[in-house]
Amino acid sequence: MAAIKIIVQNLSLQYSDGTESLRDINLDIPANNITVLFGPAGGGKSSLLRCLNRLNDLTEVQTITGKILLDGENILDPKTDVIALRRRVGMVFARPVVLPMSIRQNLTYGLELAGEKHKSKLEEAVERSLKLAALWEEVKDRLEEAAVALSGGQQQRLCLARVLANQPEVILLDEPTSGLDPISTGKVEAALQELKKNYTIILVPHSVQQAARTADFAAFFLQGELVEAAEGKEIFTHPKEKRTEDYVEGRFG
Amino acid sequence: MDKSPNWRETFVTAIVKTCGYSAVVFVILIFFFLLRQGLPALFEVKLGDLFTTRWYPIENHFGILPLLTGSLVVTVGAMLIAIPFGIGTAVFLAEIAPRWMREILKPLVELLGGIPSVVLGFLGILLLSPFLRVFLNLPTGLTALAGALLLGAIAIPTTVSIAEDALDSVPQGYREGALALGATKWQTIWRVTLPAARSGVLTALMLGVGRTIGETMAVMMVTGNAPVMAIKLTSILSPVRTMTATIAAEMGEVANGSTHYHVLFLIGLILFLISLAVNITASSVIFKSRKRAERVLS
Amino acid sequence: MKRRFKADRFLVQRMGISLIALAAILTVVPIIGLFGYIIAKGAPAISWEFLTTMPSNGMRAGGILPAIVGTFYLTLGTAVLSVPLGIAAAIYLAEYAKENWVTRLIRIAIINLAGIPSVVYGLFGLGLFVLFLKFGTSILSASLTLSIMTLPVIISAAEEALRAVPQSFRTVSISLGGTRWQTIRKIILPQALPGIMTGVILGLERAAGETAPILFTGAAFFLPRLPGSPLDATMALPYHLFVISTQVPEMPIQIQYGTALVLIVFVLGMNLIATFIRSRARAKRQW
Repeated sequence: MAAIKIIVQNLSLQYSDGTESLRDINLDIPANNITVLFGPAGGGKSSLLRCLNRLNDLTEVQTITGKILLDGENILDPKTDVIALRRRVGMVFARPVVLPMSIRQNLTYGLELAGEKHKSKLEEAVERSLKLAALWEEVKDRLEEAAVALSGGQQQRLCLARVLANQPEVILLDEPTSGLDPISTGKVEAALQELKKNYTIILVPHSVQQAARTADFAAFFLQGELVEAAEGKEIFTHPKEKRTEDYVEGRFG
Repeated sequence: MDKSPNWRETFVTAIVKTCGYSAVVFVILIFFFLLRQGLPALFEVKLGDLFTTRWYPIENHFGILPLLTGSLVVTVGAMLIAIPFGIGTAVFLAEIAPRWMREILKPLVELLGGIPSVVLGFLGILLLSPFLRVFLNLPTGLTALAGALLLGAIAIPTTVSIAEDALDSVPQGYREGALALGATKWQTIWRVTLPAARSGVLTALMLGVGRTIGETMAVMMVTGNAPVMAIKLTSILSPVRTMTATIAAEMGEVANGSTHYHVLFLIGLILFLISLAVNITASSVIFKSRKRAERVLS
Repeated sequence: MKRRFKADRFLVQRMGISLIALAAILTVVPIIGLFGYIIAKGAPAISWEFLTTMPSNGMRAGGILPAIVGTFYLTLGTAVLSVPLGIAAAIYLAEYAKENWVTRLIRIAIINLAGIPSVVYGLFGLGLFVLFLKFGTSILSASLTLSIMTLPVIISAAEEALRAVPQSFRTVSISLGGTRWQTIRKIILPQALPGIMTGVILGLERAAGETAPILFTGAAFFLPRLPGSPLDATMALPYHLFVISTQVPEMPIQIQYGTALVLIVFVLGMNLIATFIRSRARAKRQW
């Protein structure tokens, strides 16, 4: 078993409008692996993801209890430097959102926010992150063009590269391939397999098939509860819980 | 590197927040200064004398009833013009006119809203009032009617613009449903679209009228400025004087701190309170309809 | 029986639609006529001399330079206060404010500011700026008065422009480690700028054409020189038009029409610029 990067302890969360919520989640997330959070919509996967980089600060949360330990430090502590946290824990969203600027500016945006001004460092980050996201060959000659001109698949890889430029430790992906064609999806998945050597990856997949394809570890969420967590091979072939089995075999959701 | 984005963030938040509250501060300040200069009038002039029919400041007659009725008759006249023409034009643009025509005509009507009222007053003196005098065979064309016509023109752009938006935002399905049930286009407009856009159209009218009560220059230039009671039906064809015009015409010539000066501020206070009432009513309609929309969406 | 009913239905329809079309025609045709008339009557008066010289012979001859310059100064002075204040207030409402009673109070205040009669603004300016703060009848007092009057227009337009920027840009910027203010400054404001500019110009356009708020705060009846400091009174186009069309006997009609035309061009020119910015920004927008 790999080293544990994140420990979620007794995490409960309730939104003020009473929609999605999480109930008493306990989960260990190993470093340098792909951990998949899957289950039917509204199960709390995205909510958990948004807790991991405190992005749910933007939503009006009613109550949140429990702990999330990142390298042993509780990130839910009010004293946490959330800006620094979000640089360590990057996020890619379901719909590719490129910022209204050039490809290069998209990539350097995070570093410039942090105050990085050295041209050479920014240059280096652009090339490194694009190569990691398997986009370098396609865009290296058009870095000054508007990012919206890229295709959907390229935009999503640009979003991944933009996160990588920040040199995070953890990458959160919320259904990153839901709007992409199979070829682009394949490219993103291949990039993730490469990336897990150096990063801790947490993925909410857009289908059970993708979950089974990519998961080293997997956790099944149903209506705010963590039903079962195990190694990927284990959970998709011999689930312990009846509810997991029903979902994996396509009986609901 | 940014060493301390935190204090910068706090600083910016404080500035932005202060500016955000400025609108409230200004409303309070305006109210305060009107009170400060206007309230003394109530001690200097007996309440009974204020509500008389004689406005003749030089001899210390401060009866504001002629001014109130003057404003009233001109505003009501403007409404009678703005309602049919404003709503009619809005319905025409939203429901009947082809797209290209709407694209040209709506900005044109809104352009009218951009014309300074002093220009409308100027044309009122040179064109409208001579026309009225000859056409209606009056001793003078500078009448309440001329004021009402100009104010109607001033209220129409606001009314058309907001009412057209409201009609335009009625879901297409409503119209298709009505037409599918065999309603004529006219029945669809009259029985379905207009009622569905009711609150928006009402807001449009209120904001349009709100502009007319406060309008000053155009009214001062064409209504003849005679402070007589406007309570007969024929008043519309005779000169009147509104509250706004009285302030504009007389404030320049009074001594600071005199009774006359305080009474003019008192009139300003009355205008302020009227506009407050109109706008709070209009905005509560807006808030209510927004809440309704939110309910439908969620 | 049935046929008659049907005929009636369509008769009503034809009458109704004709009435509405008539109302629209009676509204639109005079507007076109009005513009055409002022242009036709005013154009002959316009000359280089008319635009660049001082009035003479009790304003019955010469040009209207001090009025043009005065209106320009007043518009500029109004912008200096109302633009930063208005944009900051809009940023507060769109990006910081939570939906609570304070925010509702601010919104009600803005709606009310927009509805206060312009002559009441004049009274307020007289009370606060001219007398209480002792700025006197001056460009400063008049500009401050016009600023407060313009504020609600700018706030509403700027807030709308800020809210039109997609929420996802904010989420992404925050998720990349941006603070709220960094996000606003680097992403939201640049994207909302054309919309804000449009609102600002439309607000200033109204200020440029107003007479009542400057009547007792800064407007001079006749001043045959250019204002030298913000504490000087000034002539202004709208007030000048009021003066020469009502207060000066035997005023040549041509000068009146010429002044009206210059005022309209000044004001509607701003409107045209705003429209141009808006349509160009729409074409260039990346979202």
